[in-house]
Amino acid sequence: MSDLTAEGGHGAVPTGPDVPVTPAAAAVRRDWPLWEVFVRGKRGLNHVHVGSLHAPDPEMAVYAARDLYTRRNEGVSIWVVRSADVTASSPDEKDPLFAPSGDKVYRHPTFYEIPDDVPHI
Amino acid sequence: MSIDSPPAPAGPAADGLAAQALQRQFEETLAADHRIEPRDWMPDGYRKTLVRQIAQHAHSEIIGMQPEGDWLLSAPSLRRKAILLAKVQDEAGHGLYLYSAAETLGADRADLTDKLIEGRQKYSSIFSYPTRSYADVGVIGWLVDGAAICNQVPLCRSSYGPYARAMIRICKEESFHQRQGYELLLTMMRGTPEQQAMVQDAVDRWWWPSLMMFGPPDADSPNSAQSMAWGIKRHSNDELRQRYVDMTVPQAEFLGVTLPDPELSLDPATGRHRFGAIDWDEFRRVLAGGGPRSAERIARRRAARDDNAWVVEAATAYADKHASEPRS
Amino acid sequence: MHEETVYDALTAAHGDEARWAFGTGFDDPLAGVDTTIPEGVDPADLGGYCLMLGDDALVLSQRLTEWVTRAPELEEEVAMANIALDLLGQARLLLSRAGSAGVLGRSRERAGPGVPDEDALAYFRDAAEFRCSALVTAPDGDFAHALVRLLVASTWRLALAVRLRGSRDPVLAAIAAKAVPELTYHRDHAARWVLRLGDGTALSHRRAQDAADAVWPRTEGLFTATDVERRLAGAGVGVDPAELRDEVRDVLTRVLARAGLLLPPWPADAPPRGRAGEHGPELAPLLDRLQVVARAHPGGTW
Repeated sequence: MSDLTAEGGHGAVPTGPDVPVTPAAAAVRRDWPLWEVFVRGKRGLNHVHVGSLHAPDPEMAVYAARDLYTRRNEGVSIWVVRSADVTASSPDEKDPLFAPSGDKVYRHPTFYEIPDDVPHI
Repeated sequence: MSIDSPPAPAGPAADGLAAQALQRQFEETLAADHRIEPRDWMPDGYRKTLVRQIAQHAHSEIIGMQPEGDWLLSAPSLRRKAILLAKVQDEAGHGLYLYSAAETLGADRADLTDKLIEGRQKYSSIFSYPTRSYADVGVIGWLVDGAAICNQVPLCRSSYGPYARAMIRICKEESFHQRQGYELLLTMMRGTPEQQAMVQDAVDRWWWPSLMMFGPPDADSPNSAQSMAWGIKRHSNDELRQRYVDMTVPQAEFLGVTLPDPELSLDPATGRHRFGAIDWDEFRRVLAGGGPRSAERIARRRAARDDNAWVVEAATAYADKHASEPRS
Repeated sequence: MHEETVYDALTAAHGDEARWAFGTGFDDPLAGVDTTIPEGVDPADLGGYCLMLGDDALVLSQRLTEWVTRAPELEEEVAMANIALDLLGQARLLLSRAGSAGVLGRSRERAGPGVPDEDALAYFRDAAEFRCSALVTAPDGDFAHALVRLLVASTWRLALAVRLRGSRDPVLAAIAAKAVPELTYHRDHAARWVLRLGDGTALSHRRAQDAADAVWPRTEGLFTATDVERRLAGAGVGVDPAELRDEVRDVLTRVLARAGLLLPPWPADAPPRGRAGEHGPELAPLLDRLQVVARAHPGGTW
């Protein structure tokens, strides 16, 4: 039995090496892309990054963001940006290009090959 | 810290030097109690341990919607229905925040969901138990969410930034979950004798599983020391369990229920409570998928994924078709 | 912050407004509203009208709640629960108004003392005493059915709520004013999905079309006024649903056209049987599930 830590939120979960974490190499499922959400709580403030979510397109992403991150407050302004479209520096400006997984945050699937047999494309 | 970044080193020897420097910087960040952020270099073990913990925490939130969700359609007053609906919805949001945190580490939500459904990643054993009466809704809020708060408050200081930030938001909401549960039980204890018996029965069934939520004794947790050093884990399993028991016993007295442990007693010397032996065989069996409702919980997640796959595909196809249109 | 006090500090820092992450606050939208029944209005009419609109909201909320833990994605889980919560909130206000107008009937004695009016009406009436329309009672087959039905129901209800904001009954007017932005959101959410299903894959197109074909006949009674509605419309308190027909059909026609779906034939206007307590067999099991705990514990407090 692998190690079980209590700090798994609602109860102990195994955290030993026998629990796989590496994403499957070729995902069969075409998941919705990831979007980063920025909210301006009130006029006079900047938009601030509050989290992310999955949505099929920008319109759905904005509405899901309103549901999730603003409790549907109509008064706030929301930006959504596809995570894949963010270009980032590393926080201390030493972008570790040679680090094993430094860029993984932006590795979410961005290119969906559309099969030829999908109609109306 | 230098502002000018040095040219990227080349060659195996330089790689080794660079790796050492990165490791040192990582350790200095931890030592200063600063947060590690997604683009930072981090040891592979740190990354993988975090993904395991955060993903399975997320799974627990999502699976945890089901035991209470089973009473959504039958809540005994419209006010209780609204509260429970808001609570179960909160849990969906918690799962979503946590999956987002795991995704900053290179994980993929759909892939994590697949691993849950295939049984390769776990969720908290507590949610494999059935909810037999409406009192269970209250007891889950009081005991299960109470135990979760003990676990989660230290995580607000987790060394990994996105996890700590998600936990701050989650902890705020969780404290209200516990209060609504306790308030429901107080109300039921003022009700009919049948209602009081329902509360006691639910406490009898949930007390021991709630103690198991903290995981096996420290002596059986070989990797804890590493997690503590990484600032992923802040307290030992036994410490957290003891804190939970000490916090809960007076609440049980106030409520007027008996915790089902004849060995439970206050040690006057330490001010802490002694309690009986926990059945760890049951814990391991339930965690491995042998709980009374384990199969059903996973089956529902599988059905939600498979029966609705056509919806996900439809939205993707629509997005592809309309991607080039100017947006209004 | 010292660790032991984190939980307390979090609790203290958030008033009731911030109790829940999502959904509605539990503040009273009727605070300060005059609850006297307007002159010249039969309280039984007003109460009966509130039952119709309250039962529609309660039953549709229950149908949407059936999706919780079963939705296609977590984001959609949250959205459907939000909509169910909004409708539940509308139902509670309307059933309370029905209670204060004195149409509790036998539900009051069945519920016993101490049970609020909204719960007496929700939990202690039988199917024949419910006044909801056939549109909301139908069970959902799949996600397409749930969203097409939501589109139709929220389009109708929004058209009604916009007009009811001017009701001579200040309570109904306040309830409608609160409901308008909620229903706008529900309708738009449903419309976005109907577009994506209709114009998505061949499979989703077929399912969306099947759903529209199944839902459309259930609109037959939506535009026929009961005597109660006619009298209340005359008194400036209610709305004659015939007034909503053109607007509702226009919105639905446009959404289906944009979704590439064939518009099913509009059914001829028919008597609103649900408003008279005549329901299909699907309502009784829904109510059994809703009422089972409350009825099992007479005199219970929750």
